Amino acid sequence: MASTTLERAGARTGGGVTVGQVTSRTKLFNRICIGVLIAFAIVWLIPLLWALDTALKPNAETTTTTWLIENPTFAAFTRTLQDTDILRWYAASFITATMTAVFTVITASMAAYALSQLHFRYKNAIFWFILAGLMIPGQVLIVPQFREFESIGLLNTFWAVVLPQVPTAVAVFIFKQFFDGLPRDLNEAARVDGAGYWRIYRTIIMPLTRPAVSAVAIFTFVQAWNNLLWPLLVLTNPKLMTIPVGLATVQGQFGIRYADTMASAILGALPLIAVFLLFQRNIVEGIAGTGLKG
Amino acid sequence: MSTMTAADSRSATRPGPHRGGIRHDQARPAMWFLAPFVALYLLFIIGPALYGLLMSFFHTSLVKPGLSAFAGVGNYAEALQSSDFWSSLWHTIWFTILTTPPLIALGFVLALLANRVARGSWFFRLAFFAPYILPSAVVALIWIWIYTPGLGLLESMFGKIGITVPNWLGDPTWAMPSLAITTVWWTLGFNFVLYLAGLQDIPRELYEAASMDGAGPWQQIRMITIPLLGRTTTLVAVLQVIASLKVFDQMYIMTAGGPNFSTRSVLQYVYDQGFTNYRVGYAAAISMLFFVVVLAVSAVWFAIVRSQERQA
Repeated sequence: MASTTLERAGARTGGGVTVGQVTSRTKLFNRICIGVLIAFAIVWLIPLLWALDTALKPNAETTTTTWLIENPTFAAFTRTLQDTDILRWYAASFITATMTAVFTVITASMAAYALSQLHFRYKNAIFWFILAGLMIPGQVLIVPQFREFESIGLLNTFWAVVLPQVPTAVAVFIFKQFFDGLPRDLNEAARVDGAGYWRIYRTIIMPLTRPAVSAVAIFTFVQAWNNLLWPLLVLTNPKLMTIPVGLATVQGQFGIRYADTMASAILGALPLIAVFLLFQRNIVEGIAGTGLKG
Repeated sequence: MSTMTAADSRSATRPGPHRGGIRHDQARPAMWFLAPFVALYLLFIIGPALYGLLMSFFHTSLVKPGLSAFAGVGNYAEALQSSDFWSSLWHTIWFTILTTPPLIALGFVLALLANRVARGSWFFRLAFFAPYILPSAVVALIWIWIYTPGLGLLESMFGKIGITVPNWLGDPTWAMPSLAITTVWWTLGFNFVLYLAGLQDIPRELYEAASMDGAGPWQQIRMITIPLLGRTTTLVAVLQVIASLKVFDQMYIMTAGGPNFSTRSVLQYVYDQGFTNYRVGYAAAISMLFFVVVLAVSAVWFAIVRSQERQA
């Protein structure tokens, strides 16, 4: 959908004005626009290309700053895969991010279903109570949360990473907005047919909610995958570290082996680049939709 | 946010078929649907928030169980008198000042340009947005390498046109601007996408009518686009300010708060006090002070949105 709206936006400048009205001034203006845009896009891509370029060199070649690679090699990648725990970090990141996304989608959509479709006393109070969570930046809670997990003995477990990231008010808000847009009598009709609320939620409401589910799931996944501060505190065992924590911890150990450092950075980036390419549309739409309505 | 509240109060006050029996009938299922989320929310957000508030009035230590001795407002008094606290707050604000204007302006201009281009929008989205989804650690590693004195890409590129660059991350004056440059590169895509969405909500008839009246592209931008993007800009600005105030990752990995503590942010100060010096009571007090700053920013935003809506 994002691409179609973009095409429409393009048609606005191209097709909205008839040929006769396109003055040379507008044409020139458009050309300057494209030029500036391409220049910025290139500047934005350079760091990533430079990282890739460095990673494909032998370490010894990185002492001269040049784009030219005399002896291209994947050695830096294989070394990183062998010498660091990066494969374990992948697993840790994948497990924690997936668990966070799954639990967030389930708990937030259930809460939102009650807040949107069911009628009960104190509904608004509860909704506002949950929304208040939007105001609390997770970072101000790290100290008490750490003590909490210390006292229940869950430090250095994936639960410590996952649990505090699950109750996100934004997810409830997104689902509620979506459910509010569903036809009002859907719920009542199913009730008349004798369906229980759980069945209505699972077999009628959730299947209609795919766009919101994918937006929330992808965002939660990416956010959980990228989170540094909290996993850094609760995961001190190198075998359990997530990708960001692992990379941040070993970065000093590479020293001047710049090709190896860049190979580890690229390996750390790969899963997210894959997520981005696969779900580009959902991600962009998700930001646009929630951002503006939120 | 306000659209939602309006809709919500409407549905609550609307006299409908749900009055009487059915209404209270649903309290029990509603409780079950709410329970998992609310339980986690109480346990891991509200609980810790209250515990943190409590802890901030005690000399709580990381390595001792319990709250330890009562401190009264001692932790707060100490923080407000500590030059380390004020300088970390200033570093955070300095970082916010350095990142917010370019991130808003560039996000706006690039979205505006991309919106005029008919083809290749995927390419621009890829270029500007891809960095945003990378982990901070990856971004930090790449930029440490780019900034490396003697070998870094920036030094060699500027060297070719005869400009001597500073020792980016090693110079106390330049360390923060360097982190800001990295951050602009990293997070621009988010604002870019928000502005692009805002631009697409502007009805194209407005532009057509304006061009009929002989308005050039520049006039159209000034008279139509900028005023109509007012709400988007408020949103982008507040999200940006809050995100910048919460900065931690870049400093932690790229400079460790240095050189000479010149890039230590509030959150890093909390981290240092709580987890290096074990003074979690004091760290909790700083967290609370920081929370007040973030709340103040949100409140200002809320006031602006309200007044914008009254005008509309």
